[in-house]
Amino acid sequence: MTELSAHLPQFQHGQLTENFPDNHLSNTNDNSERRRHDNSERRRNDNPESETNGQPQSNTQQVVEQDEEEDEELTLKYGAKHVIMLFVPVTLCMVVVVATIKSVSFYTRKDGQLIYTPFTEETETVGQRALNSILNAAIMISVIIVMTILLVVLYKYRCYKVIHGWLIISSLLLLFFFSFIYLGEVFKTYNVAMDYITVALMIWNFGVVGMICIHWKGPLRLQQAYLIMISALMALVFIKYLPEWTAWLILAVISVYDLVAVLCPKGPLRMLVETAQERNETLFPALIYSSTMIWLVNMAEEDPEAQRKASKNSTYHKQAPANQTQNEDAEADDGGFSQEWQQQRDNRIGPIESTPESRAAVQALPSNSQTSEDPEERGVKLGLGDFIFYSVLVGKASATASGDWNTTLACFVAILIGLCLTLLLLAIFKKALPALPISITFGLVFYFATDNLVQPFMDQLAFHQFYI
Amino acid sequence: PALGLFLFTIARDPLRIIILIAGAFFWLVSLLLSSLIWFIAVKASDPQDESLQKGLLIFGVMFSVLLQEAFRFLYYKLLRKAIEGLVALSEDGCSPISIQQMAYVAGVGFGLMSGAFSMINLLADALGPGTVGIHGDSQLYFLTSAFMTMVLIFLHTFWGILFFHGCEHRRWWEITAVVVMHLAVSGSTFCNPLYVGSLVPSYLLMAAAAAWAYSLSGGSTQNLRRFFLCKF
Repeated sequence: MTELSAHLPQFQHGQLTENFPDNHLSNTNDNSERRRHDNSERRRNDNPESETNGQPQSNTQQVVEQDEEEDEELTLKYGAKHVIMLFVPVTLCMVVVVATIKSVSFYTRKDGQLIYTPFTEETETVGQRALNSILNAAIMISVIIVMTILLVVLYKYRCYKVIHGWLIISSLLLLFFFSFIYLGEVFKTYNVAMDYITVALMIWNFGVVGMICIHWKGPLRLQQAYLIMISALMALVFIKYLPEWTAWLILAVISVYDLVAVLCPKGPLRMLVETAQERNETLFPALIYSSTMIWLVNMAEEDPEAQRKASKNSTYHKQAPANQTQNEDAEADDGGFSQEWQQQRDNRIGPIESTPESRAAVQALPSNSQTSEDPEERGVKLGLGDFIFYSVLVGKASATASGDWNTTLACFVAILIGLCLTLLLLAIFKKALPALPISITFGLVFYFATDNLVQPFMDQLAFHQFYI
Repeated sequence: PALGLFLFTIARDPLRIIILIAGAFFWLVSLLLSSLIWFIAVKASDPQDESLQKGLLIFGVMFSVLLQEAFRFLYYKLLRKAIEGLVALSEDGCSPISIQQMAYVAGVGFGLMSGAFSMINLLADALGPGTVGIHGDSQLYFLTSAFMTMVLIFLHTFWGILFFHGCEHRRWWEITAVVVMHLAVSGSTFCNPLYVGSLVPSYLLMAAAAAWAYSLSGGSTQNLRRFFLCKF
């Protein structure tokens, strides 16, 4: 199949991939309207508006462009909707994390550190602390890089079974072990008496349903809820076990790494995308949050509607390179990863930013449908790693900020705006883009600024009851 | 009430939510900059002098008000460009959202953010134990704060509408009126805890702004009457 479609799909690939992410990207937010406007203006002048979806025309180029046009219009229409579809889960995740941090003190107690961050931060001098945290961050990042490269290698050599197994183990760990701890802590906080049998039953049910939902089929809402829950759990673990400065450093470094890994031609993530593209396979679904039922579409135009109907009822699949993640930390890496790669893969599906979480391995559904997809079916995808890091940022802000709720709120708004901008850029560039950098940068800037600058100001204002 | 506004009018349309969040963001940035200025001023001055501190605070407040309005203007510009884009890209040639709606949403965004920042620490503290005003301060602290915040949120909404309208039709006096009103409201809070001095004028101003905004948006006394009598 690769042979045959060598020429055509390549060409169409290029075109289509560019456009479809556009569709799914809902960055038609006013903020970005300007650029989008220019972009679309140009294209508009090329083609007249048309209602039909991808009808075969004499000229493939024309088809592509026309699809482009329609997609753009549709994107616009559903654009804002898609952004909201991403806003809601991110918000929910952050709310869960903040609520937990505020109420359950377990997650703010220092009970030790992960083995990935061996240097402690309780040192005598500031300089030593800084050094330690830098070393910690370096270790963590190198672990992540190694994991990513391992994943790419596995994918390249088609060791799908290994990846699947990895994925399943990590999701097992998360679903059972961490939620057990979480539940235990919540009970302790609220002084609720509970016996082991009930707990065992609850955890077992929760875990099994979670495994089924994420790795196989399940109602969309339930799957989304599970993904949000595990992201929150993961974020809580990070918040608990990473010391102060290390955490901030890691956040900063990981967004840089994300940027580099996705955009550099030699970056592992990029290689992964290209490999996946060459094989014309669907991407690994793992660790992505999807907002709607989507059909996977391969760019190729093979069998039209047969798959279409079939895929309608399934959930997103793609064999996503389920990265590592048996260990808590490894989760981080895939952040920006799939965005690009999945981007190119699922033209139809919209930008996916998969995360190295390890669940959500929905089997790949090789649906190849024509362009005539129902626009509503297209959703947006965001990687779970992104969820996790956003929540880590907001959680840390609420846990350790002197400005408390102000800082939390500021970080929250900053992250949402970052997400908007990222989606916008995604639509403009039509390549996979890392989701982390912009939002995390905004979040960090706002956190430090609000904590140090705004807080004293607001305190004084509130004290005198002045209002601005 | 602001939350109610949000739920009923904004939550349904995703575009409005985005505009709202962006509006909140702009307000936040303006707050950031103004507190930066204030911080620098404080650091550069004598921390012991009480009245100087207070004076600086007042200066900070005024400056912040001006900055807020400046950012509102910037936001207006951004939305103008956005609406052009939306119009060009929409199917039937007219924008899915009008500039007035945007003005409204932007106003709400600003208001919500400012209200949230003013109130939320207060609310968090209010959950804990304690007595209000135990040191001789007014006992109505929470209550008046709540009312003041609410009036501010509404005011921001109305100012948003007025401001955008002024920019649209190039009526500079409208814009200056908004700025002056904002300054007046903030200034009136300076005579807290003499609550009469701050709450009453603020509410009056709010009523005036509401009426003005309403008339600008195309309402009229006739509409009002019909609304109240529940006839459509």
